[in-house]
Amino acid sequence: VKPAPFDYVLARSLAEALEVLGRHGEAAKVLAGGQSLVPLLNLRLARPAVVLDINGATELDGLTPADGELRVGALARLRGLERWATGRAPLLEEVLRLVGHPAIRVRGTVVGSLVHADPAAELPALLLCCDGAVRVRSAAAGERLVSGDALYLGPLTTSLRADELAVEARFRLPPPGAGWGFAEVARRHGDFALVGSLAWLALDPEGRVGQARLGFFGVGATPVRSQAGEAALIGRAPSPERVREAARAAAAALRPEADLHATADYRRRVAAVLAERTLSAAVCRCRSGP
Amino acid sequence: MGARYFGAAVRRREDPRFLRGEGRYVDDVKLPGLLHAAFVRSPHAHARIRAVRTDRAAGAAGVARVLAFADVARWMRPLPLFGAVPPGLAARVNVTLKQAPQLALARDVVRYVGEIVVMVVADSRALAEDACELVEVEYEPLPALVDPLAAAEASDLLLHAEWGDNVAVRFATGFGDAARAIAEADVLVRERFEIQRYVGMPLETRGVVARWDPRDGALTTWNGTQVVHFVQQGLCAALGLPPHKVRVIAPDVGGGFGTKASGYPEDLLIPVAAIACRRPVKWIEDRREHMAAAAHARGQVHDIELAARRDGTFLAVRDRIVMDLGAYNVWGIVLPYNTVAHLLGPHRVPHLAVECRGVVTNKVPNAPYRGAGRPEAVFAMDRIVDRLARALGLDPAAVRRRNYLSAADLPYELAIPYRDGNPLVYDSGDFRAGLEAALDAVGYEAVRGEQAELRRRGVYRGVGISGYVEGTAIGPYEGATVRLDPAGRAVVATGACSQGQGHETSLAQIAADALGVPLDWVTVVGGDTAAIPFGVGTFASRSAVNAGSSVLLAARRVRDKLAQAAARLLEAAPADVDIDEGMAFVRGAPSSRVDLARVIQAALPTFAAAGPVTPDFEATVYHHQPTVTYTSAVHVALVEVDPATGVVRLLRYVVAHDCGTVINPTIVEGQIHGGVAQGVGGALLEEMVYDEAGQLLTGTLMDYLVPTAMELPAIETVHLTYPSPRNPLGIKGIGEGGAISPPAAIANAVEDALAPFGVTVRRTPLGPAVVEALIRPAGGAAGPRT
Repeated sequence: VKPAPFDYVLARSLAEALEVLGRHGEAAKVLAGGQSLVPLLNLRLARPAVVLDINGATELDGLTPADGELRVGALARLRGLERWATGRAPLLEEVLRLVGHPAIRVRGTVVGSLVHADPAAELPALLLCCDGAVRVRSAAAGERLVSGDALYLGPLTTSLRADELAVEARFRLPPPGAGWGFAEVARRHGDFALVGSLAWLALDPEGRVGQARLGFFGVGATPVRSQAGEAALIGRAPSPERVREAARAAAAALRPEADLHATADYRRRVAAVLAERTLSAAVCRCRSGP
Repeated sequence: MGARYFGAAVRRREDPRFLRGEGRYVDDVKLPGLLHAAFVRSPHAHARIRAVRTDRAAGAAGVARVLAFADVARWMRPLPLFGAVPPGLAARVNVTLKQAPQLALARDVVRYVGEIVVMVVADSRALAEDACELVEVEYEPLPALVDPLAAAEASDLLLHAEWGDNVAVRFATGFGDAARAIAEADVLVRERFEIQRYVGMPLETRGVVARWDPRDGALTTWNGTQVVHFVQQGLCAALGLPPHKVRVIAPDVGGGFGTKASGYPEDLLIPVAAIACRRPVKWIEDRREHMAAAAHARGQVHDIELAARRDGTFLAVRDRIVMDLGAYNVWGIVLPYNTVAHLLGPHRVPHLAVECRGVVTNKVPNAPYRGAGRPEAVFAMDRIVDRLARALGLDPAAVRRRNYLSAADLPYELAIPYRDGNPLVYDSGDFRAGLEAALDAVGYEAVRGEQAELRRRGVYRGVGISGYVEGTAIGPYEGATVRLDPAGRAVVATGACSQGQGHETSLAQIAADALGVPLDWVTVVGGDTAAIPFGVGTFASRSAVNAGSSVLLAARRVRDKLAQAAARLLEAAPADVDIDEGMAFVRGAPSSRVDLARVIQAALPTFAAAGPVTPDFEATVYHHQPTVTYTSAVHVALVEVDPATGVVRLLRYVVAHDCGTVINPTIVEGQIHGGVAQGVGGALLEEMVYDEAGQLLTGTLMDYLVPTAMELPAIETVHLTYPSPRNPLGIKGIGEGGAISPPAAIANAVEDALAPFGVTVRRTPLGPAVVEALIRPAGGAAGPRT
């Protein structure tokens, strides 16, 4: 497992990175943490002519809370976000603990995981449930903000153009008082999930659901935010029956696929189970605090 | 011999270098002018090779040679085969055995994905891999045989046309009259159980470095193998060299598990490349090659029946076994007969009838892997025992109590021979005591009480039991040379190389006590054919008994000679000389002590006189071990199953075991822990999956799932000690045992947890989707039957 020959370019600034990407487009692959790209290179499943290392573009590092948003630079490691989230953002903390293993999180980047777009990964679903977006830049067209909803087109496929570099991810964290839930079934700790669900809810003063987010991963070509599940809860008291109906409605709309480890039907059934659990946990935390 | 070290929990002497990264593995062998090899491997499960064109690859950057079959034909002898039928077995069991020779480079036909077709040697591995992409091989694909049951019956599609069928091994054996006992029994349970194909997966992949020395006409090869002398024999035969011109060295080896005990194409191809290129050549197997082409294991189907009285007393077992041996029957009768010989285990069964067929398929050749037929046999037996308990409404522990043999029954003979052709007689042990010890350790009655309570709250816990009796330490011999240097420090050389078993500690403990020297005076050398001319190797839980006994006996001889030499110096009778901690002294007069260096110096001839003895304080013993010692254990697993997701959580794992006298309890526990971890992998995670075309679907460690520390509970062990009468130390083998019972114990526990749903576990691994499907038959509603 040695990669096919490629040219290696270390960009020392964002401008240089964009210039290289603009020049090579599809022929280039961006290297940040390398936790997904390097295995693909070694297996010769990815054969870019150019590997563009952005680790020299230090202006892309950093975690910045701003305007109720968390902004995560393209070089920020998963472990950095996990550390930041500890004690501040329990949903993020819990999700990140199941992204690979500590050694992977020390190298792997948040933005890299988001734009790698593995539909079984946790972070893309988190992005959707946190009304997130990715800020992208290119030398030719400047900057644009791609919302999570518009980002994911298919397995390992995003709406980013070949000359665009994802420079920052933005997450809007659940409001104070919101309750959350997260659950996944994986073959082993740290593996990509067979199926997973995450949710947060905020109740209004009458105890009805004011805001709801319900997401899934490992259930098809892209991560899913479930409008059907959320709609079944908004404006209603989240009774156990209501939660179960919402979970079932959400799962019924999924189009999961089969692989070596689980059938599509298993994923749909277990998606309902996990959604019920995450929503119930969220309700419970709304009432008792996080 | 004083027991200063034997039996003590001495810290492993090899660990500091491993923990500091100072081990020396095959890949650490760096030689000037080293070339690197990569292979073009078949992408087809079954195909005829029409043409091979290598000219583009040969012209690529950095390429030294591209070698196809025609280029190396003169060296292409069939790879070594193992597992012929020994005379004692042939006399009592009519075995039909067919073994097809594999060639190191495929000539006309490839029979599994990953079989080597062309070798490329270049300045770096990366350049060699680049050039591999330029080799053009024209294949004519042939239909692939993947399902072993279909292969067993097929007559139109044959892997080896000259055989007439695909059955490589066939025999029937047993004792008593099973058919009659079954016909007359109160109750009969029968099931089909399937053990999936799973593998050893050592942390270090395989690797070979070879250097040809034209001055001496000699080959040195470093090979991460468990069997240096077998590799040497294969090379001598293929290269036409005498053994002293072929030195095989297994340096530090990061796990073997049987995977590295086979004969492999690369063992020969890398030396051939070194000879052809007149430069040293290295090949380090990458993980993808390892998954696709290093030996696989397991893969059996049992149609098993158990007949019993109403009270649970066993009357008869009948089993029809089909096992998948992969593309070439490399290991002869080893896996089929091991399976049969271990089927009954700790149980008293008056009648047995077994039919066994080993078939070839278009998959990687199988080889023994930690347990080697025993995990499969034990899975079938312990699962059918639990099915019987359920059919009779009895507790599975109670059924085992009724049928387990105890100390009073031993020695106990099964009326079939062992694989070595000798009578199958359990030498020592108390399986019933092992059962009670394991049940006590887990708190069986309390667990059952808690189980009932938890079920009322919708929590599904289960407990599963599995027991085995394992023939360990297969002979016929291993040797050891014990040699003192002029300072009295000892070098112990043996053919039993270590892949992590701790020989440098355990064999040194034996030698130090027998010689009467401090432990750190002893250096153990394994895995070097230059250190000892004959050897068998490390596999089949054999090294402690076979090599350990030789070390003991050789060290005693050296000690006797030391006593003679010291007697002259001390002016005492040899019988009055004692040796301890490196000093010789007259017994009862410690102030007379002299150190061994002086004793040895005093043995040297002088101008005045020859020495009292010759100064070579050296002895070699080849301990003969005609048949095996019987290790036994009972494993108990406690699991919790989430019926909504099928997730199985392993809560506790208890092992009560007997491996005879213990040399080093730390090493024994380490062996058990590692074995259990691999068994848990087989129970819950690991499977090599091929599609209908014979393509491997689990080609990376993202798809083939080995357990990590996160998936394992603390493993609780109880040591029972029933010394073996079959060797001077009373020891038995422990290398494999841990891996034997987990699939059965965990499957039994999962079925027990889900008893309210009325499920039957027929196959491992028990991943969440598999378990959930058991609970919810297609389209059916999930819910306990109350």
